[in-house]
Amino acid sequence: MTLSTPTLSVRCLSKSFGALVAAQGIDLDLMPGARVALIGPNGAGKTTFVNLLTGFLTPDSGTIALAGENVTVLRPEERVKRGLVRTHQISTLLVDNTARDNVAIAIAEREGFAWRLLRFGKEWRRCCDEAQQKLDEIEIGGVAERCVSQLPYGEQRLLEIAIALALWPRVLLLDEPAAGVPSYETDVIHHALGRLSADIAILIIEHDMDVVFRFAHEIVVLVQGRVLMRGMPETVSADPRVRAVYLGKTAR
Amino acid sequence: MLSFALTVLLDGISYGMILFLISVGLTVTMGLMRVVNLAHGAFAMIGGYVAGYLTQQGGNFYLAVIGGAAAAAMLGAIAEMTIYRPLYRRGELSQVLLTVGIVFVATGAVTGIFGAFPYPVVFPAYLTRPIDIGFREYPAYRLFLIAVGATIAAVLWLVLDGSTYGARLRAAVDNPAMARAVGIDVNLLFTGTFIIGCALAGLGGAIGAGILSLEPAYALKYIVLFLVVVIVGGEGSFGGSFVAAMALGIIDTLGKYFVPEAAAYLLYAAVFVLLLWRPRGLLPPKSAA
Amino acid sequence: MIRGRPVLTAFGHALPWAIAIVYFYVAPYALSFGTQVMIWILFAMSLDLALGYAGILTLGHAGFFGLGAYAAGLFTIHVSPDPILGHLAAVALAALFGAITGAMILHTSGVTFLMLTLAIVSMLSEYANQARGLTGGDDGLQGIRLDPIFGVFEFNIFGKTAYVYAAVVLFGWFLFAWRIVHSTFGRSVDGIRQNPRRMRAIGTPVWWRLLAIYTISAAMAGSAGALSAHSTRFVGLSVLGLLTSGIVTVALILGGTRRLYGAFVGATTYFVVQDWSAKISPFFWEFVVGGMLIVTVLLLDGGLLDLGPAAVRLRDRWRAGREGK
Repeated sequence: MTLSTPTLSVRCLSKSFGALVAAQGIDLDLMPGARVALIGPNGAGKTTFVNLLTGFLTPDSGTIALAGENVTVLRPEERVKRGLVRTHQISTLLVDNTARDNVAIAIAEREGFAWRLLRFGKEWRRCCDEAQQKLDEIEIGGVAERCVSQLPYGEQRLLEIAIALALWPRVLLLDEPAAGVPSYETDVIHHALGRLSADIAILIIEHDMDVVFRFAHEIVVLVQGRVLMRGMPETVSADPRVRAVYLGKTAR
Repeated sequence: MLSFALTVLLDGISYGMILFLISVGLTVTMGLMRVVNLAHGAFAMIGGYVAGYLTQQGGNFYLAVIGGAAAAAMLGAIAEMTIYRPLYRRGELSQVLLTVGIVFVATGAVTGIFGAFPYPVVFPAYLTRPIDIGFREYPAYRLFLIAVGATIAAVLWLVLDGSTYGARLRAAVDNPAMARAVGIDVNLLFTGTFIIGCALAGLGGAIGAGILSLEPAYALKYIVLFLVVVIVGGEGSFGGSFVAAMALGIIDTLGKYFVPEAAAYLLYAAVFVLLLWRPRGLLPPKSAA
Repeated sequence: MIRGRPVLTAFGHALPWAIAIVYFYVAPYALSFGTQVMIWILFAMSLDLALGYAGILTLGHAGFFGLGAYAAGLFTIHVSPDPILGHLAAVALAALFGAITGAMILHTSGVTFLMLTLAIVSMLSEYANQARGLTGGDDGLQGIRLDPIFGVFEFNIFGKTAYVYAAVVLFGWFLFAWRIVHSTFGRSVDGIRQNPRRMRAIGTPVWWRLLAIYTISAAMAGSAGALSAHSTRFVGLSVLGLLTSGIVTVALILGGTRRLYGAFVGATTYFVVQDWSAKISPFFWEFVVGGMLIVTVLLLDGGLLDLGPAAVRLRDRWRAGREGK
């Protein structure tokens, strides 16, 4: 892998559901350290695109490559093992477990301990220690022992991010990380986003333009399954086609 | 040869009619409210036992059958309002466990009230005799089953296709959330349909007692058959359950004639293979819930 | 387990085994009842792994139990009367069957999966019924004569050997199950039950984990079946029946899932209730057990073992209410 190999490389990705074209010839490259926001009106195909990337949907045509390796036919869990990690818009945490356990289980999976039936002591403690570290990095270390069901929503979203980071992602797909979080808690999330490691390539799917402008170096606009344009935030927000599509969402 | 083929066909269809009558309520329960009701056989059993009791006391056969259906419907109403309601929001596991509990209770109650031995329904004499159908003599009882089954199936089809009730029911099965949004009172619709389903099951249990004999183990023994009809046909699909019931009836009969030893487990093997090939059944309704 | 009270916890862990030992000396003429309870504890524990921890909704576990029982019985008659070998053969066969059927059906879920398990156990049951020459059909498999264990411990009508044999096997499997459940494997399986999609999102090969736990559960159930065949020297068709699947499920739920000890409490309760109510009248036990199951599902979500924690929660809430929060 040379310096110019994109961490994530998508070519001509297409998917239709009968007459409904959800994705049409999408091309996308993410370099290491990318901070790209994916925006588009509802029904533009953002969720389909994410499902195609993670492997929960099979494309009709096109390829997906991670650091040069073709992953188009790999199952979701295999892509995760290669560094393609996603957070979910609708929380999918294990609610019966503590915050730290949620992260520790992910670490155990990453390290390959998770199939071990008989040994528990040492390895699990190591996972728990690292889990505590990850929680501290995101600044929710204090709630490590609390059950997820008792955490406020903002902290749950941070926990999602902590779990994703524990998997050592090369590409991180953040699906509306601040969605549903009350406004007094969003700063914490923005802060955490800002502190994400510089070598991870990040694609963030967002509706909230504040987050987009604060965080993204580039914006990709998806409309009806096609990439309308890609560029720097100022360029994109000034573009008349984008404004037409959004009709007042970016009132600037 | 032809005579033999027709006999097998009629045997299979009459058996299938009973399976359909009993299972049609279950396919709605599972398709509409997504409740796994393993106790459905108990309603058929109750209908049968009540009809059996009434006929043994000398009552009119047809009134006894209606009595059985009514008893099943009443118990269904009570059960729905008390035990089934809390289940709608709970998962499949709770539903399976609870309905298994109901089966146990029903089995115990029936043993206690009616005894542990097979319990007969006294059919009128003209039904127990064979009738000359041209090329051979054939039990009138089975022809009766086919007639009743076909009539009820036709009525159900008309209601489903042509009435507002039917339209609302179909809409609710296809997409309950959408139906609610359009103003259909899905809960009320369901309670009513559940009761009708129990009544039909009771009816089927009563008139079908000559084929599926009444005994305390009835509810547990036959639930697998009813589930096969529902799931192979496609949950919530009337047409599917009719086709599946007929298929099950005919295949089972064919099996009994040609490979009597292997018939039983070959049938389940066929169900197994079919479900792996078509997990949602043969004719599932359009929705993907 | 019981927070902050290590002595109480240790006592709790020792209790079931202490009871087993005491029972041996106190009830020498009722040992077969105790043996039966222990066999069903093992059976219920196997179901706890599959249903309780992994969330695999199955009603076909009697298939593994019955397969183990018939395998053990037939092994004794046709291959060798050594009980240990027969037991191992039964466990291996049950595990193999679990692995094969699991591989075929574990990609489905919900009602479809349930129906497939019902189809499998019905197939086995009907086959056993029909294959008279092999299984004895309705009459059951008879003429099982076992060698003494290790050449020393004889099986006889007093049932002492059978009792200790069952207790030792149960203890062994219990230790194994305890380790599994507390291992990283066990945690990931528990995670799969809660949210399979989440587990895939962190890279878990969900299907393989489920297959593994299903196979282990099948082996354990097969072992219980072998114990049943060995202790009664008889195998009847009912071991493969739907009723057997129903009973073990009831026993587990009554006691409470995901605690392993739930199987102990539930199976014991079930058989005590059944024994007692059968004395009152032959049908009463079904009624009582069914009622208990309904009440447990509707009110006591965690089974009887949850009575303690539930009472504690109630007491805490009452206290909080009194103190005006």
